[in-house]
Amino acid sequence: MHRTGELYGQFQTLEQQKESATLGMWVFLITEILFFGGLFMAYTVNRHAFPTAFGVSGNMLDLNLGFFNTIVLIASSFTMAMSVWSAQTSRKKAVPAWLIATLILGSAFLGIKVVEYKQKFDHHLIPGYHFDITYCSNNPGACGLSGKELDDEKKEIKEGIEAEANEAKKRGAPNPEEVGLTALNAHAQLYFSLYFGMTGLHALHMIIGAGLLLWLIFEGLKGRFDANYNTPVENIGLYWHFVDIVWIFLFPLLYLINRHLA
Amino acid sequence: MSAIAGGPAETYLSHESTIASWLLTRDHKRIALLFFASITAFFFVGGAAATLIRLNLVEPSGQLLGADLYNRMFTMHGIVMVWFFLIPSIPTTLGNFLIPLMIGARDLAFPRLNLASWYVFNISGMIALYFIIAGGVDTGWTFYTPYSTLFSNSHVIAAAFAVFVNGFSSFMTALNFVVTIHRLRAPGMTWFRLPLFVWAHYATSLIFILGTPVIAITLLLAGLERMFHMGFFNPAYGGDPILFQHLFWFYSHPAVYIMILPAMGVISEIIPTFARKPIFGYDFIAASSIGIAVIGFIVWAHHMFLTGQSTYSALAFSFLTFLVAVPSAVKVFNWTATLYKGSISFDTPMLYALGFIGLFTIGGLTGLFLACLGLDIHLHDTYFVVAHFHYIMVGGAIMGYLGGIHFWWPKITGRLYPEYLARIAAITLFVGFNLTFFPQFILGFLGMPRRYHNYPPEYQVLNVMSTAGASILALGYLLPMIYLSWSMRYGKVAGKNPWPATGLEWTTDSPPLTENFHETPVVDWEPYDFLHRPELGLLGATSKKPVPAHGDD
Repeated sequence: MHRTGELYGQFQTLEQQKESATLGMWVFLITEILFFGGLFMAYTVNRHAFPTAFGVSGNMLDLNLGFFNTIVLIASSFTMAMSVWSAQTSRKKAVPAWLIATLILGSAFLGIKVVEYKQKFDHHLIPGYHFDITYCSNNPGACGLSGKELDDEKKEIKEGIEAEANEAKKRGAPNPEEVGLTALNAHAQLYFSLYFGMTGLHALHMIIGAGLLLWLIFEGLKGRFDANYNTPVENIGLYWHFVDIVWIFLFPLLYLINRHLA
Repeated sequence: MSAIAGGPAETYLSHESTIASWLLTRDHKRIALLFFASITAFFFVGGAAATLIRLNLVEPSGQLLGADLYNRMFTMHGIVMVWFFLIPSIPTTLGNFLIPLMIGARDLAFPRLNLASWYVFNISGMIALYFIIAGGVDTGWTFYTPYSTLFSNSHVIAAAFAVFVNGFSSFMTALNFVVTIHRLRAPGMTWFRLPLFVWAHYATSLIFILGTPVIAITLLLAGLERMFHMGFFNPAYGGDPILFQHLFWFYSHPAVYIMILPAMGVISEIIPTFARKPIFGYDFIAASSIGIAVIGFIVWAHHMFLTGQSTYSALAFSFLTFLVAVPSAVKVFNWTATLYKGSISFDTPMLYALGFIGLFTIGGLTGLFLACLGLDIHLHDTYFVVAHFHYIMVGGAIMGYLGGIHFWWPKITGRLYPEYLARIAAITLFVGFNLTFFPQFILGFLGMPRRYHNYPPEYQVLNVMSTAGASILALGYLLPMIYLSWSMRYGKVAGKNPWPATGLEWTTDSPPLTENFHETPVVDWEPYDFLHRPELGLLGATSKKPVPAHGDD
């Protein structure tokens, strides 16, 4: 493994080595932008095509959990940046401490994601597995809906079905009224396919990031990182910030567009 | 391998000879040879598929393979040749070997990443071999939905996964090249003193980095749809099969530039050497490489003219496709201008380079016919398209690859290949290639569709010609494999610079040391400067004009 400050044979100076590593990480992050970009493109195209179904589906997401996750992740970027700063200013003991904080916050994010996914499973919102967008309005007890919330939900579903029926009529479907609910369900499945695809891919990147953080913590506890040598901390910091930024885009796109607040 | 008698004492080949020293090497030169072995193996696999395809098409009923097996055969041919041969070919072999040598570095920026790239390539290759042996895929290398996601009864997910993993290998190499070219150039090696081979690989790496992730996510989505019945490309859920085509071609069109740009880089090295002249228009050739990379990203929907897209969209893509031909034409004109009034010799690399110029021009021009909207309605999905891309990918890219292998063979192995036999092989390949693929232009124009196992009897003569040509082409490939292997043991010992050529790689031993150079070079000369480098012994005793290349003499 890498010894602190060791110069590899293909480089002339340590500075060249560090600059190369950083450039390498930036180039890798560009590939990640393109990777997520394909999903964002699919989402954009489909939201434009099915605004009603996407609006109804988006409102099924738990805004509180999503917002909390956003705060958690931004905080984790802060703790990560503090860790990088500590390394750059040779605060050797602080480096692993801030990294552990980052890991805890990242794990909290992932834990909440598990809760959200379980919720979707309970509410019959997993594409392909008894998917039913009307499950919650028909079984309010199972979803913890009551009173005004329940009325709003039912109203929203009803409006959604009508909007889809209108679309079907415009397309010249022979029996628009029957088609409304099927179409709403179909397009809502598309939304949730994208939801799980995008947040799932993001979560996968966070899990990989957590693994990298663990390695970094072990090395940091050995006192490896200081002003002379902190390249891994900086570069993994870059990666972590990138994963954070992806969520900053995901959150508004999935949770906030067309959101009806109570 | 022991050191060559009469050659340098210690080389990267003689350095250590255990299996572990090869499989765990960090030396870019050894990794290049490891890649060479892998992609050659896959060339045989893809070639076997091609052989069966051409044999099937010898007579109109196509009963040798039948419809289903034929579909699996052309799919395998496409997937293997594109991702497991052509895309890696020049970058991972010649690129890996030469880029550090050409810029005066001791290795690439990330040697372990380089080795990892080879292992990832082989893992993806194992997955590919699995899906081939398990029965193959029948969707075509383009994996179009909804057939691939809903209806195909073949190993689509395994194939998509193989390509997905292969993509990681690709961009690891490209990332390595970009960082290396930015950061590891020797003192005095400024950007505009770089060999055009390096410029070509830089542009190719940019395409790898921007494009490969898109095919990755596209195949991931298609795989998810097939496995979990998600609805991205399924109209029943409101999805759109055309969305797949957009996402697929957004990568796959730039991918064809990945396949041709490195070959163009090779040609830019060979032509000046065997015309004994500096390359004409260096700045323009360098800029055109970047230009091809950039414009190549905005032409993808010319593969989709018949999908019902809007006329305005089709017009825009047609115009942009014409535009992308311009930088390629710039290169062809500059190469031709380099030849003008040069001292030309017809050594084997030059034969391949001249063949490239002619065949690439034909392939490129026929691409323009396809870019015409009206013509494409008639020619789309016919053998005209097949001929067009084979002229570029085989007549262009593979001839560039072979030319490069011959040109740098002395540097890589320290031996000279047998020149007379090599020239015969090059001509055989050229004849075989044209006999195989020129009839296909005519077949396409006459209306024979592609990806059909059978055809109306009136097309038989041209098909038989094409198959006959394929057998000669196969001979053209086999001959180099034989004499190049022979030369590794019995070939004449090459000196540092047998041609001679300019370029830093020719100033060091053949084969080079593991560290490439005895001392870090300092560069103070312009590239391709045949006239002002007396130390290369290029000028004749009496004349001021450079003597023709002597190579093997």
